[in-house]
Amino acid sequence: MLCQHCQEREATIHEVVIKNGVKDERHLCEPCAAELNLDPSPQASVQQVIGQFLSGSSAGGAGGAGATPAQALACPDCGRTFLKFKQTGLLGCATCYKAFERPISPMLERAHEGGGHHVGKIPRRALAASRLAKGQTIEELLGDAEERASRLAQLRKQLADAVRNEEYERAAQLRDLIEKTTVLLSSDEIDTAEPSKGDPSDQ
Amino acid sequence: MTTTPESDNPNEPHGRSSDQTPPPFEAGAEWLTGRGRDADVVMSSRVRLARNLVGFPFAPTATDDDRRHLLGAARPHVSAANDDGKAALTWVDVHEMPAIDRELLVERHLISRQHARGKLSSGVGGVDTPRALAVSLPDEKLAIMVNEEDHLRIQRIHAGLDLSAALAAVDAADDRIEASLDYAFNPRFGYLTCCPTNVGTGARFSVMLHLPALRLTGEIEKVKRAAEGMSLAVRGFYGEGSDASGDFYQLSNQTTLGKSERVLLAELEADIVPKVIDYERMARRKLLSRKTPILQDQVHRAMGVLAHARLLSTEESMKLLSLLRLGVVSELIDSTDLLTVHHLMLLTQPAHLQRAVGEELDQDQRRSARADLIRAKLG
Repeated sequence: MLCQHCQEREATIHEVVIKNGVKDERHLCEPCAAELNLDPSPQASVQQVIGQFLSGSSAGGAGGAGATPAQALACPDCGRTFLKFKQTGLLGCATCYKAFERPISPMLERAHEGGGHHVGKIPRRALAASRLAKGQTIEELLGDAEERASRLAQLRKQLADAVRNEEYERAAQLRDLIEKTTVLLSSDEIDTAEPSKGDPSDQ
Repeated sequence: MTTTPESDNPNEPHGRSSDQTPPPFEAGAEWLTGRGRDADVVMSSRVRLARNLVGFPFAPTATDDDRRHLLGAARPHVSAANDDGKAALTWVDVHEMPAIDRELLVERHLISRQHARGKLSSGVGGVDTPRALAVSLPDEKLAIMVNEEDHLRIQRIHAGLDLSAALAAVDAADDRIEASLDYAFNPRFGYLTCCPTNVGTGARFSVMLHLPALRLTGEIEKVKRAAEGMSLAVRGFYGEGSDASGDFYQLSNQTTLGKSERVLLAELEADIVPKVIDYERMARRKLLSRKTPILQDQVHRAMGVLAHARLLSTEESMKLLSLLRLGVVSELIDSTDLLTVHHLMLLTQPAHLQRAVGEELDQDQRRSARADLIRAKLG
């Protein structure tokens, strides 16, 4: 097979990227791959992404506007500095996630296929504690079952509108959102299958 | 080995109890039985949850006092995490074990190499770092590492392709622990883990696949590339950094944030793994239907060497036992069974071998003892 780019040399580097079910293939020779910045090694693993990010070598990674202040950040609870996290890849305590939220958020999205928010199991005690605490509770953020069901209905209506108006990109986004919300709903059923004592809202 | 059966007194403060007899680790890990779905290709399924406790610093900033305090606080609840109606977990103080016993636990996939060394990837800690393992005996299905990179690493291993049941069981164990201990959690990032690569669900699903035919037909690299292209990690028999000893490959998810446990599980169990299984079976059929009986020859040669050799290295034994496993599941060999082959795979590992012989052996002595042991079982 000839290189798609120069159409001269034999293609030795083949890249297949499947994103949202759409397959994208590239067949290139080594010089063209280098020219087009295609890494000849197989897809970067999470560790590599983090490694690159931590060493500041990836484009749009640790660089950018907030980089210098981020270096100087330190966790108020355990004293771990952001620099130390960059060197080891390990955080010092739970508060580090709050202290370093801004600089680590883009890294987490890169490492987790774009996932930036938790979806899945929620510890029952955290849920109960959040109900007693003031401020933003887990339910406000994730919504309780009823809220999510109404949000789902709304999303489905928006999806129907988008399809009718032939806004396919928006429709795809909405479909993703619906899928996530549905999963959240069903995992919630499991998590609250055995209501904890003295917690009537779990019924 | 320092162990305490928790059923006697679950509230006893943690400490030395070296008068206890060692737990019968050779007895019966369920995942070695060779039973379960798709067992011709799938050796075992594992689900592991990473959890940290509120009020304790993460491993890199904890002092040994913090770690001891955590062991004491976690022990009664962790020990009681086993399935309803089953005996309490057996608690093992890993920092008080001799090196060879720690190695034995690594070989049985009950603790990580890192936990055996007591050292974090960043270099913090050492063999004396207070840490523990709680394990369900004799089935070894549930194993909880305490004070590894995360405060708790709760794992469940089942024979064959059985991720759904393993998830349900590990989820129940997690609930039992969480009923009395607070987990570090935040609504945006989920379960907070020491390394952000595990944050979110904190769940790692992995399947141990035996792929000798794909190796023989040279198609294994394709499978590895395809899996890596789907954001899965491909590792060897002993996890990160180990090679594919005995043609075993571990496939696991790398993403833990933004997808629920059930989505992560479905991606592996309903999507990728069945394809790899079909691919391996196809390669086996292809090899078996050749005019020249190459595979039949290789399998019987392996049996011949294993049954008669006087010196065997771990590497050679694993290679031959892999062919023997293929021979058993392809019904080319009927003089032994999967359970025996799996046991031999573990028994040829250095720590198991020395435990079986009952003394420390150097490398040459091990090669001889290994061959003797295999001959006794197969010869």
